[in-house]
Amino acid sequence: MPRRMQRSISRRGALQGAGAAAAALLAPEAITGFPAVHSAEEKVLRYLGTAVNQSADIARKVKEDTGITLAYIPVTTDDVTRRVITQPNSFDVVDTEYFSLKKLVPSGNMLAMDGKRIKNFDKITPVFTKGTLPDGKRIGDQGTAPKKVMFLEGESSTKFADSPTRWATLIPTVYNADTLGIRPDLIKRPINNWKELLNPEFKGKAAILNIPSIGIMDAAMVVESLGDYRYPDKGNMTRAEIDRTMKVLTEAKQAGQFRAFWKDFNESVNLMASGETVIQSMWSPAVTAVRSKGIPCTYQPLAEGYRAWAAGFALSKGIKGTSKADLAYEFVNWFLDGWAGAYLNRQGYYSAVLETAKANMEPYEWAFWMEGKPAEKDIKAPDGTLLEKAGASRDGGSYAARMGAVACWNAVMEENDYMVRKWNEFIAA
Amino acid sequence: MERVHRRVRWAWLGGGPSVRRAAGVRGRGRPAGIAAFLQALPFAAVFAVFFVVPLLLTVMVSFWDYSAYALIPDVTLRNYLEAFEGCAGRLFAPAPELCTTLKTYLTTLRLALTVWLITLLLGFAVAYFLAFHVRTLTLQIALFLICTIPFWTSNVIRMIAWIPLLGRNGLINQMLMALGIVRAPLEWLLFSEFAVVLACVHLYTLFMIVPIFNSLLRIDRALLEAAADSGASPWQVLTNVVIPLSTPGIVIGSIFVLTIVMGDFVTVGVMGGQQIASVGKMINTHMGALQFPPAAAHAVILLLTVLVIIWGLTRLVDIRKEL
Repeated sequence: MPRRMQRSISRRGALQGAGAAAAALLAPEAITGFPAVHSAEEKVLRYLGTAVNQSADIARKVKEDTGITLAYIPVTTDDVTRRVITQPNSFDVVDTEYFSLKKLVPSGNMLAMDGKRIKNFDKITPVFTKGTLPDGKRIGDQGTAPKKVMFLEGESSTKFADSPTRWATLIPTVYNADTLGIRPDLIKRPINNWKELLNPEFKGKAAILNIPSIGIMDAAMVVESLGDYRYPDKGNMTRAEIDRTMKVLTEAKQAGQFRAFWKDFNESVNLMASGETVIQSMWSPAVTAVRSKGIPCTYQPLAEGYRAWAAGFALSKGIKGTSKADLAYEFVNWFLDGWAGAYLNRQGYYSAVLETAKANMEPYEWAFWMEGKPAEKDIKAPDGTLLEKAGASRDGGSYAARMGAVACWNAVMEENDYMVRKWNEFIAA
Repeated sequence: MERVHRRVRWAWLGGGPSVRRAAGVRGRGRPAGIAAFLQALPFAAVFAVFFVVPLLLTVMVSFWDYSAYALIPDVTLRNYLEAFEGCAGRLFAPAPELCTTLKTYLTTLRLALTVWLITLLLGFAVAYFLAFHVRTLTLQIALFLICTIPFWTSNVIRMIAWIPLLGRNGLINQMLMALGIVRAPLEWLLFSEFAVVLACVHLYTLFMIVPIFNSLLRIDRALLEAAADSGASPWQVLTNVVIPLSTPGIVIGSIFVLTIVMGDFVTVGVMGGQQIASVGKMINTHMGALQFPPAAAHAVILLLTVLVIIWGLTRLVDIRKEL
């Protein structure tokens, strides 16, 4: 190549490069230069959470109703916690589980939510605020029950309050009672107790969740069901209790009881649908997914009760006092206003404010999902797929029957690091 | 005959003077110019920022303390002591038993060596075929691309794809039962060490094929003819000429495969039904519980173990001289 030509090309290249670099440098500058103007034009909220909760339908409806654009940041449950602790400025709103709060709140990276700014604050179900059903019946509170970590002493406090205050750690969005999923067509007999999970009859056909803190609680349900031991708190075991529980799990593993441990939603659906497992810990929508393939699968209510979980919204400390915070409150208020609640209830989850959700559901839908009555008409999922034919009723029955039978809540134990080491030992055994 | 032997022996020992000259290895004493430093600088910078610094941070964090939600800067041996908790006690107990870490390393090493042996045999055979029996470059490239097919899918897809093949009601079990070879489905086909080894071989044989193929291509065909002319049987040609001259490829391939399998936790997890221990999985479990310091300590221990293995392999062959 002639020298001159080479030079001219490289100079042009350099100019182009410089132009692009300058544009890239200027662009964010322009935005941060006029924050008021831009936030008035574009209402964007960065929403950190797990993919399961980040529905496109909800984002569309929020946009339609409030003009807020949700920028979803979908990560795994572990990564939600990690991001809140290590990168609090990378999101505006976080959707996380109550059991993570014992890790998140002491970090001081989340803002308490001001109940005075939440329209339906007083209508939030007492499951969260008092640990009771709406009719006053007390429900199981072992583990990280929401009422234990629901309130803070003040806006910037990192101490949980014993009784309700104005400051909420999380504004609840969704919760459910989890149990074992079974294949009734392959088991061919009634299953009524947690101990069936480790029944040698299902050797090589059982599975549990590969999340240590949850797996060990399922094992504790089995231990109690076998009548071996009663835990003062399954969600906060002593070292001796952890040893005892892991021994039961280890013996079952060595005897070949488990086909696999699953971590991914789709894995659990696949294990069950393919018949690799016939009894396993499962999530409600996974049971629905197996059933929608035409394969019988029951979300089996058990005598010892359910292991429950709950999730909710909090704000990043990075948006304290900004217009983003106002936007976040607008979004959270929208969420409790009913449309989202009805959407969640139709998936088999439960919503935080029951009466607004009820107003957004057809009476026959409410009767099926919340009252446990046989379906008057075909029950359809939010996307229109057929879930249940008319006449069927929901596994476990009504809201009161299911939430009332909660035995414990997902939790992080005080002996968590010992438990994690024991879990590694269990895997190596 | 004598010449062939000498060249082969030299190659085995690290190349004679003529080989070294041909490869362009310069003698000592020639001062490197500033240009050479500048040329090396960009990569050195990338290497420093994305490898050396994170590595130093990992080593540093492995000596930190931690609580449920925070890393506490400190100099403590807690993480290392907990990693080897009970190792001495259990080993010398009346009923000797391995501790978690040693047991996990044993499983991981067993898996790594099994995969290494199989990929070596398979990889060498495939590379040999590609280098000596496939004559046209186009066909060689086409066959090479076929070897990369296992990498076209994600791990989740792979996991889902193995169930219909190896599962209880999978294709292979149905076939075996239809042929009357077995009565009940074979459970060990999936979620077992067998499945892990199978998936690893399926994935990683390519890493063996490429360097061995590269070594085989460099062998002067005249050597093979000379060996045959001198009366060597095909087997003798293979063991006395081809294998010694392809050792650099074999060693590089071995380093690839061993280091990948030693650190793997995704394939082991997916194919082993999360029930088989691996060092990577142990680290992953700690990360999941936000326990970075013990995860870092395990990472440092793993790194040292792998470095010892690589050091051992490079003792066998001096790769730098061979290349």
